[in-house]
Amino acid sequence: MPPSVQPPPATPLPGASEMRVIEIPRSLDYRNIESLYDQLDPATAGPVLFDARRLRWIDPNGMLCLLAAGQVAAKAGSAPRISLPDQPEVTGYLDRMGFSEAARRVFEFGTGSRWRRRPGPSDVLLEVTPVTRNSDVHEVVERVQARAGAILSNTLKYPASAVVQFSVILSEVCQNIIEHAEGPGWVAAQAYNWKRRLGRQVAVIAVADIGRGFCASLEDEHAARFGERWGDVAALEAAFLLGLTRFPDTGRGQGIQQIRKQVARWDGLMSIRSGTARIADTPGWSSKPPIEEGLRVFPGAQINIILPERIG
Amino acid sequence: MNTPGPQAVRIDVRRLLRDTLAPLRPNLVTRPTGRAVRDAIERCLKGAGGAPFVSLIDLTRVPVLDFSCADEVVARLLVKYQTPDRPLDAFFLFRAAGDAHRHTVDAVLGRHDLAAVCDLGDGCCHLLGTASEDEGVAWRTLERRRRIAPGGLAPVLGDRGDAVLARLAERRLVFRGLNGTSLALSAVASHRAHT
Repeated sequence: MPPSVQPPPATPLPGASEMRVIEIPRSLDYRNIESLYDQLDPATAGPVLFDARRLRWIDPNGMLCLLAAGQVAAKAGSAPRISLPDQPEVTGYLDRMGFSEAARRVFEFGTGSRWRRRPGPSDVLLEVTPVTRNSDVHEVVERVQARAGAILSNTLKYPASAVVQFSVILSEVCQNIIEHAEGPGWVAAQAYNWKRRLGRQVAVIAVADIGRGFCASLEDEHAARFGERWGDVAALEAAFLLGLTRFPDTGRGQGIQQIRKQVARWDGLMSIRSGTARIADTPGWSSKPPIEEGLRVFPGAQINIILPERIG
Repeated sequence: MNTPGPQAVRIDVRRLLRDTLAPLRPNLVTRPTGRAVRDAIERCLKGAGGAPFVSLIDLTRVPVLDFSCADEVVARLLVKYQTPDRPLDAFFLFRAAGDAHRHTVDAVLGRHDLAAVCDLGDGCCHLLGTASEDEGVAWRTLERRRRIAPGGLAPVLGDRGDAVLARLAERRLVFRGLNGTSLALSAVASHRAHT
């Protein structure tokens, strides 16, 4: 879905002067997700409109970020609204990805909405799926097992056994929501052709929640040993690099560690954003820094995994 | 010359899942599922009586085994039965589905500093998890010979042989009879298994 023509400037929406308007950029993916966070203020109540009319391209990270942002606005007391992308192929893609179905539970829609119910089976790797219970994790794994084999082997050129490791990655990142966020979240995945960007196909996995975040989750158990350094960066380092969790018993905290190892074996990228920081394992093909701090505060945690096609 | 060895009990985890826990859930994923499966395994073991026995935990029909679940089903089960106050005199041998499970089982064992005997379906058993070089040598030698009488490891490990086998028995990785003869768990399981 590459952008072809520059759209005209968006015309003001009816009633937009009475509400905060958050402009969704033409392209929203893991690289520019901060442009959306920067417009959000979780503490401010009042009506909010997410203006997605100019949207032409969005990846699973962008979709989940939109849902999370809408949920945060709703928690602050406003009734978030969303305007639809102008381009029917964009709304069709969002329908196929299950975004529209998930968005119904977060956003208010005006009359004449062009969102449709998700059609039957498609080429989507994993539609936007709410994760609140352990049974959701089982369903995600079963759904992916049935679909991922062909994409992983034919598109990404991974060995046939990769579908099991891919399922394990999804299982562990989804459990992270249930066990640590103490709140609902979503997961989504899709394969794309990054011909211009990387010259390869990739699979993108996104997981997002608006729960406690890593700093609050680990604070009771680990803040003291970090002293004044304790904060979002230290909490992410503790979980991501050291495998620490809020549970004192041995054997916990393996999920993220093992996912990191597997993603590295596939030369992939993995990042976690929580609070005001992001930590990442960055392969050679990515220009993302390993640590970003001082970001706009946002609740919960957002995980991004990108698995590139195997070459050679 | 035969040493009376323990009996073996085979537990098909897929069947356990289907019959008692989650008929429509084929995978071992999530920590609560792992806890439930471990409890179900322990209920099955209670019928084995007070004598020592080898429990053959068959994971081969489980497509996906994640780390959280493996920690509960494999590692925490072993931890409980390694303590002197273990509820039963059980030894464990796992049957897993090749590399798909090998990496997961190996990782969770390593996290607890444990080792386990694992049949990966390639025609031989493997010692997964954490073991010293001597333990690895002694275990592989016993695995080949199936049984080793006291002093029988001297050509390989010299004076250390018996002590290393004793340590493996302490870690529940081999069975040691009253006369000091060591038996490979795989040898016990292959000859005496019943479901």
